[in-house]
Amino acid sequence: MTRVHDRGGWPGAGPIDRQEHQLADWELLADALVQSLASPHRGIIRIDELRRAIESLPSPDYESLSYYERWIAAVERLMIEKKIVTREEIDAKVATLGEECRE
Amino acid sequence: MSQGHGHGHDEHAPIRHDGHSSPLARRARALEALLTEKGVLTPADIRSAIDALVSRTPADGAKLVARAWVDPAFKARLLADPKAAAAELGIDLTSYARLGVVENTDKVHHVVVCTLCSCYPRMLLGPPPAWYKSLNYRARTVADPRGVMREFGLELPPKVEVRVLDSTADMRYLVLPRRPPGTEHVSEAELRSLVTRDSMIGVSDPPAATGSCLT
Amino acid sequence: MRFREGDRVRVRADDRAGHVRTPAYIRGKSGWVAAAHGEFRNPESLAYGDEGLPKQPLYLVGFRQTDVWPRYPGRPTDTLYVDVYEHWLSPEEGSA
Repeated sequence: MTRVHDRGGWPGAGPIDRQEHQLADWELLADALVQSLASPHRGIIRIDELRRAIESLPSPDYESLSYYERWIAAVERLMIEKKIVTREEIDAKVATLGEECRE
Repeated sequence: MSQGHGHGHDEHAPIRHDGHSSPLARRARALEALLTEKGVLTPADIRSAIDALVSRTPADGAKLVARAWVDPAFKARLLADPKAAAAELGIDLTSYARLGVVENTDKVHHVVVCTLCSCYPRMLLGPPPAWYKSLNYRARTVADPRGVMREFGLELPPKVEVRVLDSTADMRYLVLPRRPPGTEHVSEAELRSLVTRDSMIGVSDPPAATGSCLT
Repeated sequence: MRFREGDRVRVRADDRAGHVRTPAYIRGKSGWVAAAHGEFRNPESLAYGDEGLPKQPLYLVGFRQTDVWPRYPGRPTDTLYVDVYEHWLSPEEGSA
């Protein structure tokens, strides 16, 4: 059974959207988080682990999330898996940062 | 942004965040805050990673291509040992994955894709364009490369062999496109400006030299 | 290194779970070794926090597009090259 990330020859693929997109700040941040965590200096994750975590996303999520959204979901999964953070901590921090933005 | 837990946040301006955020953008910011608070990463790590991401542009790839066009001995060295050849031009690729350079000729045209994710020679071209990472590009380039290239404006003669490379492992591939006809008297610097990112991926060829007045 | 440039090989038709870098579209397909890249840590175990040892030889394997896709719309001389780890390849009899 072909897995959702294994896209070569996927049936029904349409035209390629060639619109250029400048990376948003949060996308730069997502990339930077991964590169920092995977750097030889830090060595907290391997890129192979990131790919595995992305491939483990439920198929509907894999297909509907944008490229860097998949990265963030995967980083979160790995940070929890490695017991560096908990989901509750992330939820709480999201709420705290949300309150600060609303000041 | 942070509550100021004494980890030296004060010596750095906070990274600007845009207002428009997906829910996952908020989670990225939360992860950044938590990881820096816990000392897993520092703001300097993040900043230097962003700098590294945005500092690489296709200009480095174009330098290699233009030099290969004007200097056949350099071209041979580039094909045989791309990292050593890049070092000759001051491009340091030592900390990056393995690189292969594939040459387009009048008989063979290469195009590169990563069907499983989006592996790309970032060290020479900078971040990949959104279309390279798209599900449609990943699906169709291996199965219908001529159709994909047609969308990019490239129609290759039937006698040319189209070679697709699917970079599934630690090798990254750069296409050495053909030198446009009529550029025999164009300077190396001007040649660099003709080398497009898309031609180094292989979805299209570099444009012909424009203008008849090459003063 | 089990294979050399020019060897005919067939990609295993296995359907393995986990982090596998052999795309489905070449499983069971036959091609040739175009280049031997040397040895690399195994991504299948690196993906789970392992060291990825022992290293696995990696090959650039070429295929005729018409051998890969039943209704390939391009030219019969078109080809497709994929980097495949040695443990996914078995030797194939016969000439190119």
